[in-house]
Amino acid sequence: MVRLKNHPILDFPTGREVVFTFNGKDIKGIEGEPIAAALHAAGVRVLRHSPTLGRARGFFCAIGTCSSCLMTVDGVPNVRVCTEPLKQGMIVETQKGHGHLPIE
Amino acid sequence: MRETDIAVIGAGPAGLAAALACGESGATTLLVDFMDAPGGQLIKQTHKFFGSERQFAGTRGIQIPDIIMDQLSKMPNVALMWGTNASGYYADSGVLTLEDGARFIKAKAKRVIIATGAAEKPLAFENNDLPGVYGAGAVQTLMNVHGVKPGDRVLMVGSGNIGLIVSYQLIQAHVEVVALVEAAGRIGGYLVHAAKLRRAGVPILTSHTVVRALGEETVRAAVVAEVDQSWQVKPGSEREVACDVICLAVGLTPLVDMMWQAGCEMKYVPALGGHVPVRDENMRASNPAVYVAGDAGGVEEASSAMISGEIAGISAARSLGFEVKEADARLAQLKADLAAIRSGPTGEKICAGIKCATVCGGEW
Repeated sequence: MVRLKNHPILDFPTGREVVFTFNGKDIKGIEGEPIAAALHAAGVRVLRHSPTLGRARGFFCAIGTCSSCLMTVDGVPNVRVCTEPLKQGMIVETQKGHGHLPIE
Repeated sequence: MRETDIAVIGAGPAGLAAALACGESGATTLLVDFMDAPGGQLIKQTHKFFGSERQFAGTRGIQIPDIIMDQLSKMPNVALMWGTNASGYYADSGVLTLEDGARFIKAKAKRVIIATGAAEKPLAFENNDLPGVYGAGAVQTLMNVHGVKPGDRVLMVGSGNIGLIVSYQLIQAHVEVVALVEAAGRIGGYLVHAAKLRRAGVPILTSHTVVRALGEETVRAAVVAEVDQSWQVKPGSEREVACDVICLAVGLTPLVDMMWQAGCEMKYVPALGGHVPVRDENMRASNPAVYVAGDAGGVEEASSAMISGEIAGISAARSLGFEVKEADARLAQLKADLAAIRSGPTGEKICAGIKCATVCGGEW
């Protein structure tokens, strides 16, 4: 567990606990926090692999500007998980390659 | 199509201050931010601000958005849109394109104040893409906003104010800071922040840099080395430091995409972090419908961002015939406050950069 407690300045709001899946595995997080924060708290640091060289990619900027954390969420590729709020039942997957939009 | 007198892009310290000045003038104002709540990077700044009371000295950064929002929410002429990306600006018509995840919205603005902030710079070293190499702002967001520990052992790179402050905040969050490396021969930020780290026992290694990250899928160590005066690694000085996070606090670069779209005259000014729009003393760009505020016009810090935001807000409103009370006196005071913030050794570099980015004679 790497969530902070007893901070000298901050009180962290404790939201509703929700369950989502990461590559099929159930993980608990707090509703509304960025998906990346929930993954990090669960010890997941590798968020994808680069499309060409297959190098591991993780969290980097946390404000939606760097594209390091793109993942597939509920079937939609290239979601910036550092800013995307977590919801109950989300299906979060490591993205393969550049990703394709699901077109019906 | 939605119409507004002034659109402010970005609700960080600069955008909030700009919107407040526009709101006071009576101009219809639209404040847009891509995040779900206002504040920009203020939301993770747990330290108390310095300087003048006018820029919230003594107040923690995290408290400032609420103070300004309290005033903005009472202004019927100010509209707020959160969770909304400003994705384009068409200089020929003054039309902004906005996207809120569900809708694509067009908004026509007579003036646009661009307060889009800055992005973290990376640092070139072997394996710098390994998960665990994080920007300092990201580490701050993770621990101060979301309450998640970024790691157990952090190597901090860079001794500017961000590197110093984030190191101290890591210690407050019970994370070990194994060392802080700084390639220059001296500490870059305020010594009051550096002293806190030294008291906490963190080694500050000046004339040192990180040359390599080690680890397969995530960082398990860093190789640090001493550098000489021409920034070359001294042979034989390399040593391994065990850590699971390498935190980069090596500067920021202005987010200026919208200024390029607006056809603003741009200039590369290293002292300000990269390309910035050429502006007059009232923050107006070469495109007369565009004003710039905060880090988007040159990387400084939140206090100066609030000041340049207010200057841009007052000036943009004035250019449309809206007046704020005692505008001339306020502008003079704001410019004096900026000069005070930019005094001192760090300020010299900023002042040289600002001079370089300001149109000849200070007026278009």
